[in-house]
Amino acid sequence: MDCPSVLYIDLHLVHEVTSPQAFQGLREKGLIVRQVGRTVATADHSVPTTDRSLPITDSMAANQLRQLEINCREFGIPHFGIGNPHQGIVHVIGPELGLTQPGMTIVCGDSHTATHGALGALAFGIGTTEVEHVLATQCLLQRKSKTFEVRVDGQLRSGVTSKDIILALIAKIGVGGGVGSIFEFTGSAIRALSMEARMTICNMSIEGGARAGLIAPDEITFEYLHGRPFVPKNAAWDESVKLWRQLPGDVGATYDTQVILDANKLEPMITYGTNPGMGIPITGSIPTLESLEDDSSRRALARALEYMNLSPGKRLLGHPVDVVFIGSCTNSRISDLRAAAGILKGRKVNPKVRVMVVPGSEQVKRQAKQEGLPELFRAAGCEWREPGCSMCIAMNGDELRPGQYCVSTSNRNFEGRQGIGGRTFLASPLTAAATAIEGCISDVRTLL
Amino acid sequence: MEPVNSFTSRVVPLPNENIDTDIIIPARFLKITDKANMEQYCFHDWRFDSAGKPRLDFILNQTRAKGAKILLVGKNFGTGSSREHAPWTLMAFGFRAIISLSFADIFRSNALKNGLLPVELPASTCSELFELAEKNPAMELTVDLASQSVKLPNGRSVEFPIDNFSKKCLLEGVDQLGYILKQEKHIQAFEQAHPVTVPTSQLQ
Repeated sequence: MDCPSVLYIDLHLVHEVTSPQAFQGLREKGLIVRQVGRTVATADHSVPTTDRSLPITDSMAANQLRQLEINCREFGIPHFGIGNPHQGIVHVIGPELGLTQPGMTIVCGDSHTATHGALGALAFGIGTTEVEHVLATQCLLQRKSKTFEVRVDGQLRSGVTSKDIILALIAKIGVGGGVGSIFEFTGSAIRALSMEARMTICNMSIEGGARAGLIAPDEITFEYLHGRPFVPKNAAWDESVKLWRQLPGDVGATYDTQVILDANKLEPMITYGTNPGMGIPITGSIPTLESLEDDSSRRALARALEYMNLSPGKRLLGHPVDVVFIGSCTNSRISDLRAAAGILKGRKVNPKVRVMVVPGSEQVKRQAKQEGLPELFRAAGCEWREPGCSMCIAMNGDELRPGQYCVSTSNRNFEGRQGIGGRTFLASPLTAAATAIEGCISDVRTLL
Repeated sequence: MEPVNSFTSRVVPLPNENIDTDIIIPARFLKITDKANMEQYCFHDWRFDSAGKPRLDFILNQTRAKGAKILLVGKNFGTGSSREHAPWTLMAFGFRAIISLSFADIFRSNALKNGLLPVELPASTCSELFELAEKNPAMELTVDLASQSVKLPNGRSVEFPIDNFSKKCLLEGVDQLGYILKQEKHIQAFEQAHPVTVPTSQLQ
C-alpha cells in the first residue's frame, strides 16, 4: 500500500483556537506531549487588543485563553499568554525569536503558517487532528507536494510593496491556483526584499491555494536571524550557516508549474470582492460580467459585488471607507508599522475614518515605542492597540459593523471575515495609510 | 471514528465556487473548546439572518436538506483557514460526502481524518449532477468508498480518486495516529540523530 511518509516536525507552534480539542484527545488516550522543547504556545486570536489590565468581557474568549494556559501547564509546554513579554501573533513571534530557522519543518494549526517559509523553512498549516498527532508523536503523515515557481524579476517602483506582489499573483492564478503545490518565490525582486517583506509574501501562499511558500535562505536571512534568542551561538552559528547555505535549489532546477511576474510593471493592488483573488491595480476598474469567461465566474462576481455593494466596471479610487486596519500576521511587523508611519507622519487621518494600528507582538510594540511610533500614530488620529490577530479574524470583539467598508492590511476578504456584513478591501500598509488620510481608497503614490 | 462504507442519500446542490471556511463556519464560533452542538454553526450566516431567523430561500433550510448526506458544491471547496471545525460542523449537520470538482488542500486533509468524504469528480459529471439535482430534488446518489465510485440514478458509476492509505483508515474507522505511534523505533532513532539545539523552554 502507498503509505504516506512520516515527517518529523522540528517546531510546533500552538495557539488557543485550534488546540483545545487536540489536548483533550491526548487526555482521552492517555498520551503526553512528546517533545515539549520543540513546542511553544501563544495567545493571539481571542485576545483583546484593549487595556490588558482589565478583565476579558467575552466569557468564551476568556475560557479559551484559560484553557490554553491550563493545557500548557498540564503538558509542560512553554506558553506566552497575555502579559508575557513574548506574546504575539504566532507567525510574528516565530521568526522574531529565531525559533524559525532555515531547513526546519514547522507546523501550526493555522493556515498562515506558510509565513515561516520566508526563512527557507517548510512550514504549513494543519488541522486539529494533526495538531494532536504532532503533540503525541512530533510527526505527521505527509505526501510530497507539487512544485510551483513564482518568479518575480525586476525592481518594485516606489509605493509598491511585497503585499502588492502577492496580491497580484493571487489575482493572476486565482485562489485555487496553487492547490496541491508549494510555491517557491524566486527572482531578483524577491532577492531584493527585506526578511519581513518576504514574510508578507509567503504568509499569503494559502490565499493562492498553496499550503506552503518558500524563499531560499541567503545573506538577508542570516543577517536577520543572527543574535536572535533561539538561534545557535558562536561556532554553532557558523556551522548552521554553513548548512543553511546548502539549502537553495540548483540553478536551472525545474518545477511542475511556473508563473512569472514583472516587478517593474506592478502597481499597488487592492481587492474588490470576497476572495483574495478578486484584486486589481489601484488605478484599475472592477471587471465587468461580460469580461469573464464562464457562467460560474460571472455568478461569483455578481454575488461578491452584491455583498460588497459595488458595481462592475467601476473604479475603486475615491470609494469612501469607514475603518482602516493596520495589523495581522501579514502586515503587523515593525517594518509595516514604519511604512504606515512614514505616510502618516505630520498628517491627520480623515475624521470620518476609524484607524486601528495593532502591532503583531509585544516585541514589535516595544520596538515601536522606542521609535516613537505610538505617539506618531496617535497624533495622526489612529488608535494604537495591544498585540494580537484583532480585526483580521474578528474573534476578539474588534469587528466591523454590518455594511462598513474597511481597507485592511490582513489576508482575507471573505464574507463576514471582519464582522458580520463587514466589507473588506485588502491592501498594503502604504495604501492603508493613504486611505486613512484621504477617507477614501487612495493611491499612496500621490502622497510620496 | 465510525467506519465509512457505502451510503445512499439525497443531494443538496450549492453551485457557488470557492466556498470558504468562514462561510462554512464563521470565525466567531471558533471560541468553543470542544466539538459539542456544532450543527447550529454550519453555514451560519447564509442560514440565518442578523436576527437569527432562518433564511427560507437558502437551500440548507429547505426540506430537501433534511437528512441529506451529500453536499454538491462548486470548485475549490473549503478554501481558506485550517480550522477542522469546518468538517466537524458539516458532519454535525449530517453530511458524509462533499462532491466537487476540487478541494482546498487543508480542508481535504481535515475531512479525511473525520470520515467526511471529499469526492472529486470531473467537470462534466459535476455539471450533470447539478442539472439532475435541479430537475429532481428527490434524486439520490450512492457513494461507495470500497469501489471509489458514485452511482448515478441512471445506473452509471463514476470513479473518484482517494489514496489507498486514507481509504483503508476510513473503511476500518481507524485514526491515523495509531499508525504513527507504531513507528516509535524510527522516530526514536531520528531524534537521537537530531537532538534539539535550543529547547523552546529556554525563554520560560
